[in-house]
Amino acid sequence: MATGIKDKVAIIGMGCSRFGERWDTGTDGLLAEAFDEALTDAGIERGQIEAAWAGSCFDRINVGNSAIPAATALRLDGIPVSRVENMCATGTEALRGAAYAVASGAVDIALAVGAEKLKDTGYGGLPVQTKGTFNDLWLPMGSAPAGFAQLAAGYRARHKVSKEDLKRAIGHVSWKSHQNGVHSPKAHLRKAVSMETILKAPMIAEPLGLFDCCGVSDGAAAAIVTTPEIARGLGKRDLVTLKAVQLSVSSGLESTTDQWDGSYVRNTRNAATKAYQEAGITRPRDQLSLIEVHDCFSITELVTMEDLFLSEEGRAVTDVLDGFYDRNGRLPCQVDGGLKCFGHPIGASGLRMMYEIYNQLLGRAGERQLAEVSLGLTHNLGGVPYLGVAAISILGLH
Amino acid sequence: MAFGITAWGAYIPRLRLERAAIASTHAWMAPSLKGLAQGRRAYCCWDEDVVTMAVEAARECLGRRDRAKVAEVDLASTTAPTADLQSSAIVAVALRLQRTVRALDFGGSQRAGVAALAAALQAARHPALVIGSERPRARPASTQEMQYGAGAAAFLVGAEDVAAEIIGSASSTTLLVDHFRAAGASYDYFWEERWIRDEGYLKIGVEAVRAALADARLSPADVSKFIFPSPSKGVADAIARAVGLPAGSIAEPLDQDGGFAGAAHSLLMLANVLDQASPGEVVVVAGFGQGSDVIVLRATDAVVSARPAHTVKEVLAAGITARSYAQMASFYDEITPEWGMRAERDTKTALTEQYRSSDQINGFVAGKCSSCGQVQFPQLAYCVNCRAPGSALAPVCLAEEEARVLTYTADMLTYHPSPPLYLGFAQFDVGARLLMEFVDVRPETFEVGTRLRMRFRIKERDDTRGFYRYFWKAAPT
Repeated sequence: MATGIKDKVAIIGMGCSRFGERWDTGTDGLLAEAFDEALTDAGIERGQIEAAWAGSCFDRINVGNSAIPAATALRLDGIPVSRVENMCATGTEALRGAAYAVASGAVDIALAVGAEKLKDTGYGGLPVQTKGTFNDLWLPMGSAPAGFAQLAAGYRARHKVSKEDLKRAIGHVSWKSHQNGVHSPKAHLRKAVSMETILKAPMIAEPLGLFDCCGVSDGAAAAIVTTPEIARGLGKRDLVTLKAVQLSVSSGLESTTDQWDGSYVRNTRNAATKAYQEAGITRPRDQLSLIEVHDCFSITELVTMEDLFLSEEGRAVTDVLDGFYDRNGRLPCQVDGGLKCFGHPIGASGLRMMYEIYNQLLGRAGERQLAEVSLGLTHNLGGVPYLGVAAISILGLH
Repeated sequence: MAFGITAWGAYIPRLRLERAAIASTHAWMAPSLKGLAQGRRAYCCWDEDVVTMAVEAARECLGRRDRAKVAEVDLASTTAPTADLQSSAIVAVALRLQRTVRALDFGGSQRAGVAALAAALQAARHPALVIGSERPRARPASTQEMQYGAGAAAFLVGAEDVAAEIIGSASSTTLLVDHFRAAGASYDYFWEERWIRDEGYLKIGVEAVRAALADARLSPADVSKFIFPSPSKGVADAIARAVGLPAGSIAEPLDQDGGFAGAAHSLLMLANVLDQASPGEVVVVAGFGQGSDVIVLRATDAVVSARPAHTVKEVLAAGITARSYAQMASFYDEITPEWGMRAERDTKTALTEQYRSSDQINGFVAGKCSSCGQVQFPQLAYCVNCRAPGSALAPVCLAEEEARVLTYTADMLTYHPSPPLYLGFAQFDVGARLLMEFVDVRPETFEVGTRLRMRFRIKERDDTRGFYRYFWKAAPT
């Protein structure tokens, strides 16, 4: 019987680059920025890293394919380095590789790093790409917001919510994150935005307007992991350990059969159920201190509140509008501003979310610091709601 | 044994533009166009062409008839998308006709439509599907831009359940060049209208009609409906007067809400005439190019029961008035708007993959699991529901199946030649579900639950290589 990852792996150092339109540097520079901070935080030498997992999604606008560019950028000489790519779950996937390596005893110290250079395409939004020779023959070439916007139609139909009420609720999701982002020095967008501006913004994919979409940014984040025992040996006192890391990937059920009604994300529910089990969490709404979820689009965050079993089905609109997930609410969500304000450099996002939880757990979040933080959750959603990958990690004090 | 037309059907693109909008756009340099500015003309959406219109007309024609009996498919057009890639073959695969079907493309002249129908009727060899389809292009501010439309008409010919039997025909061939279009050229080049009328229509046309009536051993007074195609007004009347056809026999020209559709036009007019024909009526239909082809038909008792689900009149009435001249100009490549970098995406088609999956993609064939009953698209190596091997999947065509909207959005971000791109999940009544493009959407009435029917359309245009690929899209019923 598998015992899971809980408390088998400690994070001893994390780093995060400044996110934004980094006209000043390439992917190698972003990687180095996150790596240097993580190395300093961990208090170890580069040579103590025995294996690394490097995440990046779009090879054409990054340093290229394989792990070689990351190993070269960080001068990781002669150790196993693997490139991982699992769409928006890429950063979490990198950590999962490093964590499993440590937990298995294969290595003592491992590095997870993720980066994405989105601002070298010449246009806003994610780069346009092929879906493969067969899928290109039939799948509509919709944008990422179009994939997620459909949740709004499905959610409205399922829960009999009016277009206006739903638009207001998802507007509040973005309003709240912009309020929070002001206090994040490394965030890309650091301006509060009025509800009126949000609701009147140009349409991107109905009902998602410009402010319902996250920023598009360059960035990198990194984590150095080891076992709690080795961490203690390195002199670490307050230890942040992994309580759970879970992934769920679509097999086609949602997009090919009638076993999904369009109103939620099945992968998030699967991954959450397993993650709570792995972490021993039975009442997530009460037990979690803060959450960083995949707010690629405001509607995604709204349905995620139900998919993580935090709001009851059909109640997310009310909870959101009541401020339950605001900074001063019962369960702050995106206290750093989320993807909304950091933007979403695909390979980095999962690790960037953990960076906030890690700092909150250690009481190092500055202006953003919340009181009594003991357990935090990160959530990524790659692909589209009906054909994608969900990744959840839960971090806590040891 | 009688041989003739056993079924028919038509398709006209839904987009319409007021001719006044065209005239006013060009009023600065061609003020005389105002004289032609009556009614609306039909035009193709970016994803409609000769092939897609032919498929739609053929579906209307075939209805629920047994497609396995069709032994030949003939497609007549002067505006086929490719010079060397058989349009009729794409149509045959989209219609899931037998692999043993004979496919023939007719072209080279606007007479090709009637010529193809005459050939199939006179051969009287086997059930054949004859389609005329045209997407004519006209230079901005030309008379033709005002007169042209687009559309397709399909006819099933055979010996069973004949609705209109062939009783005579005639052909002539001359070198009267009223207009021409060089290979690869975008536009027609026209000679003077008055000469075409006097030396062309009124001599060549009149001779051919007389010869066909003689072949049918009929006198002009026996003719109930007379079809002669021309983008110009009054041509059919003038020929009818010269031949002595009865007043009131002139078939509707379909110009007010459609427009001249080249090689398909006689056939569209014929479909409209048959929609309204009574048993015993004699119909004379002519094509005109370098000479003329004329067919004489007599409607049988079956003409009433053979009517398609949607008449030409109904298809015409389903038009949607478009927003601007510029949209039509863009769809016909007259202008190239700034689409942005997203439009730079390479749309090269892997022809190997297209052939492997042509049943699924062109024929819209899903698989039904013999183990659990789940209908699924696409078909992969295992059943999506019970994981039975792919060999357990039996073909189920989704093209004629109805569906409803499960989710949708209007995507303004992605590159799409007719923004916004409507897309979402179509949930089929038979259980299949897939993400699809929605077309012919009226935003004010489009919602979760809206009923959908399938349409064969261009999926992607590879303008770098000149290759179009096709797939099915869903339209509100």
